[in-house]
Amino acid sequence: MDGSSPAPSRSGMGAALRQDSALKHCTGEARFLDDLPEPPGTLHAALALSPVAHGVLAPLDLAPARAVPGVVAALGPRDVPGRNDISPSGLAAEVLFAEGKVEHWGQPLAVIVATTRNAAIAGAAALRPSIEVLPPVLSVEEALEAKALLMPPQVIERGDWQAALAAAPVALEGEFHCGGQEHFYLEGQIALAIPGEDGDLTLHSSTQHPTEVQHIAARVLGDDYNRITVQCRRMGGGFGGKESNASWVAAVAALAARATGRPVKLRLARKADMAATGKRHPFLYRWRAGCDAEGRILALDATMAADGGHSLDLSGGVIFRAVTHALNAYDVPALRVTGLACKTNTVSNTAFRGFGGPQGALLMEDVLFAAARATGRHVDVLRERNFAGGPNGDETPYGQALEGDLIRRVWAEAKQGAEWERRRAEVDAFNASHPTLRKGLGGFALAFGISFGITAMNQAGALVHVYTDGSIRLNHGGTEMGQGLFIKVAQVVAEVFGVEVERIRITGTSTAEVPNTAPTAASTGSDLNGWAAHSAASAIRGRMAEAAAALWGVAPEEVAFAEGQARAGNRSMEFGELAHHCWAQRISLSATGFYRTPDIHWDARSMRGHPFFYFSYGAALAEVLVDRLTGEYRVTRADLVQDCGRSLNPAIDRGQIEGAFIQGLGWLTCEELWWDAQGRLRTLGPSTYKIPGSREMPPVFNLRLLSGAPARANTIFRSKAVGEPPLLLATCVWNALRDATGAARLDLPATSERVLAAFAA
Amino acid sequence: MAAMTGCITFLLNGEPRQLPAETPPGMTLLDWLRGPGGLTGTKEGCAEGDCGACTVVLEEAGGHRVPVNACLALLGQMHGRAIRTVEGLAGPDGPHPIQRAMAEGDATQCGFCTPGIVMSAWAQAREGGAAHEALAGNLCRCTGYRPILDVFAGLVDDGSPSPALPDVSGATFAAPGQVFHRPATLAEALALRAAHPQALLLAGGTDLGLLVSEHRQQPAAILGLSGVAELQALSTAPERLVVGAGVTYGRLLKALEEVPELASLAGLLRRLGSRQIRGMGTLGGNLGTASPIGDALPPLLALGAEVVLGSARAGERRLPVAGFLTGYRQTVLAPDELILRIVIPRPPADAIFVCEKLSKRHDQDISTVSAAFLLRVAEGTVTEARLAFGGMAATAARAASAEAALTGAALGEESFSRAAEALAQDFAPLADWRGSAEYRRQGAAGLLQRLYWRVARPDLALEVQA
Repeated sequence: MDGSSPAPSRSGMGAALRQDSALKHCTGEARFLDDLPEPPGTLHAALALSPVAHGVLAPLDLAPARAVPGVVAALGPRDVPGRNDISPSGLAAEVLFAEGKVEHWGQPLAVIVATTRNAAIAGAAALRPSIEVLPPVLSVEEALEAKALLMPPQVIERGDWQAALAAAPVALEGEFHCGGQEHFYLEGQIALAIPGEDGDLTLHSSTQHPTEVQHIAARVLGDDYNRITVQCRRMGGGFGGKESNASWVAAVAALAARATGRPVKLRLARKADMAATGKRHPFLYRWRAGCDAEGRILALDATMAADGGHSLDLSGGVIFRAVTHALNAYDVPALRVTGLACKTNTVSNTAFRGFGGPQGALLMEDVLFAAARATGRHVDVLRERNFAGGPNGDETPYGQALEGDLIRRVWAEAKQGAEWERRRAEVDAFNASHPTLRKGLGGFALAFGISFGITAMNQAGALVHVYTDGSIRLNHGGTEMGQGLFIKVAQVVAEVFGVEVERIRITGTSTAEVPNTAPTAASTGSDLNGWAAHSAASAIRGRMAEAAAALWGVAPEEVAFAEGQARAGNRSMEFGELAHHCWAQRISLSATGFYRTPDIHWDARSMRGHPFFYFSYGAALAEVLVDRLTGEYRVTRADLVQDCGRSLNPAIDRGQIEGAFIQGLGWLTCEELWWDAQGRLRTLGPSTYKIPGSREMPPVFNLRLLSGAPARANTIFRSKAVGEPPLLLATCVWNALRDATGAARLDLPATSERVLAAFAA
Repeated sequence: MAAMTGCITFLLNGEPRQLPAETPPGMTLLDWLRGPGGLTGTKEGCAEGDCGACTVVLEEAGGHRVPVNACLALLGQMHGRAIRTVEGLAGPDGPHPIQRAMAEGDATQCGFCTPGIVMSAWAQAREGGAAHEALAGNLCRCTGYRPILDVFAGLVDDGSPSPALPDVSGATFAAPGQVFHRPATLAEALALRAAHPQALLLAGGTDLGLLVSEHRQQPAAILGLSGVAELQALSTAPERLVVGAGVTYGRLLKALEEVPELASLAGLLRRLGSRQIRGMGTLGGNLGTASPIGDALPPLLALGAEVVLGSARAGERRLPVAGFLTGYRQTVLAPDELILRIVIPRPPADAIFVCEKLSKRHDQDISTVSAAFLLRVAEGTVTEARLAFGGMAATAARAASAEAALTGAALGEESFSRAAEALAQDFAPLADWRGSAEYRRQGAAGLLQRLYWRVARPDLALEVQA
């Protein structure tokens, strides 16, 4: 099987199956980590967090916590047997517990372990850290002023941009901000560490990256990796927030279990979670550009400065994706794009669905609006004029080609489906007649690169067993956070064996079954693990085909697997019967599978290469209704077109697209992180940090998966990744608000407050 | 004192449960369900009553289903109630049709919010109303809500009757370090209030429940008022509404839906918290905590509502709401007094009465600015203007300067603009995470300008929310 021409099936490729645990979610039977029965003697942990954003920290006196009834242990940096270092990249010093200095409000100082969770929390509250307060750096502007960077700039250049800027007939410039975003996974960070024999440790962790949990826990404990087994059956949401942050939470539980010899559970309360774990990076943009009288952008010099928080974490990768997505679906012949990771006294910002891509793609929207104002043309006309490919160049500034035909196709289909031209006239008429309300229309087109920016991470493993009754057990390195990965990979295996998916037992992720895995992130879950599982299943199927061929006296290639049967000519055998036959013939029915993404490379020195296996395309259009008296607004309609290649599972993909769009909408509109002058985050729970509710869903919400567009790269069954790209489609809402307000600048999130101010500007 | 020391009893998924005497009565229902109760289907997402992952349903007499946040409900308040959790929906044929519909409609992704949404759906199938209102107290971070709303559009009531509620009288629940008084009559309540002035007064607990749920405190003494029959009285006379201090917002909203001249107040209450919050929270409690951003306070001020207090010592006294509130979370309530009821005059037939609220999110959000306007116009002149605002000062308050600017002025855009400018003399609002001082000023002014358009152009839709 070459993976390119699957036969239709009830439960294999392309079937709209449910998320694997859907019914169990609805009955309450699906067990999340906190629902697992606690082993006897389980202790509960709570973190002591810094009450100060920046200061000199005296060694922490843990005695007051130990004096609280029920407290069993209190552990600080000096109680770490290995290294007090949780850096996911290993490129920077990042402490688990603050030592000598505190660098953000909410930074972990110590862990208190007690017989009850309330006692642990009371113990943490009893501590009185002695901190000499220093002034905190709280904004990107301040960090730039102080030249406080977490890593060297990442710069992509093409052509003589200085000459092109000078020569361009129309000079443009701009500056704006976008905010960060709290993941607000409904299930907060949690880990349960269970000590075993000889220092072995089983770590249940709600994590997107079991292997990194293993590594960080081992580093903190000073253990070999083989002592620690990490398991995760499901997460109650991840969105990037459980990529690196889950690791240190689990390491704390591991440390406490090692110190007490008892099982320890650490579940962060919502406010502790929001205070101590990283978020999407806020960005500051400053740019200059030049265009011709027709609005074709000729040159660009842009700085995108991210607020990385107090430490590096994954900021290098976030900046990489921001700078490689700065042109998004557009072409600019000459440019320089500089990406900076600024250091501030806030929580260390981290992965969040899109990983810098959403921030990168905002840049050209601002440039196009400015060009539209300067040239007196409509921004959508300029959008089309500047698309990559066609009459323009199709190569990204780092040397990889975009598919200009797909960009134009998704945009055209979106416009056509949305009746864009007709509604433009209606909106203009409404705005001319209503005394207080204004409507606006906004569009957006997307090209999103798929693959981890770090080439080595683009690998995956799987483990498949076929038992002698024909039942199949599937395990792989990907984690399930609700995105439907487990059912998609099971569908791949079902397709390979020609069986219904019910025959396949989906199992939780474990470092003991598949080692050395990449995180489930960067939208790559089904691309990587699908191929790895395909490889494992194909190896077994090949052996089974040989066994059947020997039995029937045919060539192995003649043996087909479909509808639960192996067949060749007029011979057939039930799949389970063949499995049993293989066992009797002493043929292995177990295989590991491995996959590495081909054709990707990157030279970080020249900032050139082919870092992405392929691009995912999309387009979106939104209409908003705004009250110019109060700034209140509503997205009244959205029309989306998303390229999923040949969808592995259209029901799952639709859910990812709709959910990502609303999550992106939240980032750009109502989700505001607000720090006070002392650097305390004051939007700490859902009462103050407002993610979209059901009413934020546009009442008209149309979605189309791009049809007849199988991936041109050799992806698993020619499907395309879908986790992150549609989040960026929500950018059309920003553009619609700019259209309604007519503002030259509208910082994000575009709260009602900012929208009202935009009318006045 | 009729109250007896006893054990908390309730129905759980139709089965009677009597909790051991040592069970802390101030424990949250959620902690009990997930711990001693052994039912982990109900989740903790936030412990502050905002995400809805912990939604359970109270089955009431008459078949009503009231969704509530188990994270904010204390066990003592659950005495005599019938509680249904996600585990209690399945029938002999397996999962409930709503559970099947949610699964088959792709209305779950990660699944952590799902049990709460299932319970809100189960209540909605019986109670009806707008789907967005039914979902306002349930956050989902995965789906974007489209598939959930599709399920809500097709909900069918399963017709199952409410179980007969346990017959309970006044009781006191005492556990080591904690006592919870749950009087059943006003006389008991006033006597307990006088005897235990330090006891935490608990009405619905949607504000004070946070002490336990989020801040993990265990108050030594709690006086829970939700069982007091007299405080549950609600009457809608032709001139006024009389609302017992223990009437939940949910019940008040149902009553207001029959009072056309207070339709705007009903609209505001639909945005007050969520159905879960309104299922427990009370107008009396909102007055008692005297929060400057309590959504219900500006309407009471604009309507000239009065609050009736009572004590065993001095009987009843009655005073205007404005006189009851004395500062940030401060009132004139004496240590032996309880709020008994609120008397809300209906607006005059010729008056325009409008409630407004600006918040980051339309539903289930605390107001940045709230307002209530009572306006009378005769022959093109404003004859009376009562303009009350929340979120603009340490307490909800009327805007004297703006009222003066408008009263006697011609009905025109300019008069309202002048009134809006006069707000600067009335308020010096704070800046916080909900909005800057400037936004509060501009937003409040915008609401006054919108009032003009409401009067001048009643034919126009003036709100972005349909």
